Amino acid sequence: MTKRSYINGLPLVLLLSGMSTPAFAGSEDVVVENAWSRASIGVNRPGAAYMTVRNTGEDAVTLTGLATPLAMMPEIHESKTNSDGVSSMAPAGEITIEPGQSVALEPGGLHAMLMKLQEPMTEGENFPLTLTFSDGGKVTVEVPILGIAARGPEG
Amino acid sequence: MQRRQLLLYGAAGAGVLGLTLFVGWWRVDGPGAPEPKGQRPLPLSAMEFRLTDHEENEVGPGNLIGRPTMVFFGFTYCPDVCPTTLSDISGWLEELGDEASEMNVVFITVDPERDTVEAMAEYVGYFHPVIRGWTGPEDQIARAAEGFRASYERVPTEGGDYTMNHTASVFLFDAKGELVTMIDYHEPREFAVPKIRRALTEDVEGAT
Repeated sequence: MTKRSYINGLPLVLLLSGMSTPAFAGSEDVVVENAWSRASIGVNRPGAAYMTVRNTGEDAVTLTGLATPLAMMPEIHESKTNSDGVSSMAPAGEITIEPGQSVALEPGGLHAMLMKLQEPMTEGENFPLTLTFSDGGKVTVEVPILGIAARGPEG
Repeated sequence: MQRRQLLLYGAAGAGVLGLTLFVGWWRVDGPGAPEPKGQRPLPLSAMEFRLTDHEENEVGPGNLIGRPTMVFFGFTYCPDVCPTTLSDISGWLEELGDEASEMNVVFITVDPERDTVEAMAEYVGYFHPVIRGWTGPEDQIARAAEGFRASYERVPTEGGDYTMNHTASVFLFDAKGELVTMIDYHEPREFAVPKIRRALTEDVEGAT
C-alpha cells in the first residue's frame, strides 16, 4: 500500500509546460480524515499527530513533506517493533498512495513527528498541518489536540 | 610407512575435527552456551537494582513482591510508542476497575539523563494513578533492564537530539515475583486484560 517513489521532476515539467493555473496531478483528490494529536508537556519533547490520508483520485500521489507553524521540524516517522519486542523509530521518507488507497498514520506505526515545538501543544486547541505532495499540491488540515493519554481521534 | 603416516594424520585430523565439534557443541548448545538473548526475565526476587520513584522514594525489585506487578520500559521524550503504551495500560487498568489498585504498575525509564524524578512525576501524572515512574543512575537502569532481559539503545537523531530504541513489551509477575507472561506492544485489549487477570488470580492461588 505504501511504497517510495521519486517523481521530483514532475512539478518542473508542469512549470515548463506553461500552464497558468495550478494543475496538480492528483493531490487535489487527497482527503485527510480523523486527524488528532496528543497534548505535549512543554516544548522540549517532540509531539505526534495521526490521521488517515486518502487518495480519492485516479493518479498515485506521493506525500513528500509536512509544514506547520507549531513545529520547526515536522517529519513523517515510523515506529517499528521487531521480533524481540524492541521498538525503534526512523524517518519514513516519501509515501506514495495509489489511487483509491489510503495510508493510516496511527499510534505505533507511521506518525507526523513534530520536532522543535514552537509552543506547547495544549489540550482543546487546534493547529494547522500542511501536507506537501510531489505534484506541488498542498493539503492543510486543522489537527485537534487531545489529552496526553488519548488513544484515538475520539480521545 | 607412508600409509602409516597417512593413517596417523587421518586420526589426528579426525581428533581435531571431533574436538572442534565438541567445543562447538559446548559453546552453542552445551553447558558453556551463553544465555540466549530475549529469554525470560528473572524472578523479581533474583533481581538487584536501586532506583527512585516519582515521589522520591528509594525503590527496588523487593518493593514489588507481595502484589501482582506490571513493569514496562520507556522514556518520556518518546512521542509515539511510550504514550501509546501508557494509555493502553491506563485503559486496561480502567477495565480492571478496583482490581487495578491491588497491583504494582511500574514504568522504568531508559533515558535517566532527561527523565529526572520531576520529569517522571509530571509525566505519569497524566495517566492512570496506579502507574509509578522509576528512574535512577544509568548503571542501576542497566541492571534493571538486565534482570528483565530488556534492551535499550541511544540513537542520535538529525536535529542533534537523540531517541531511544527499547523493549516495548509489558512484563507481568505474580505476587511472589515470578513471571506470569508478557504482553507484546499493541496487543489488543481482549488479550491483555485476561493476561493481567491471570497474574491477579495466581496471586490468590499463591495465597491459599
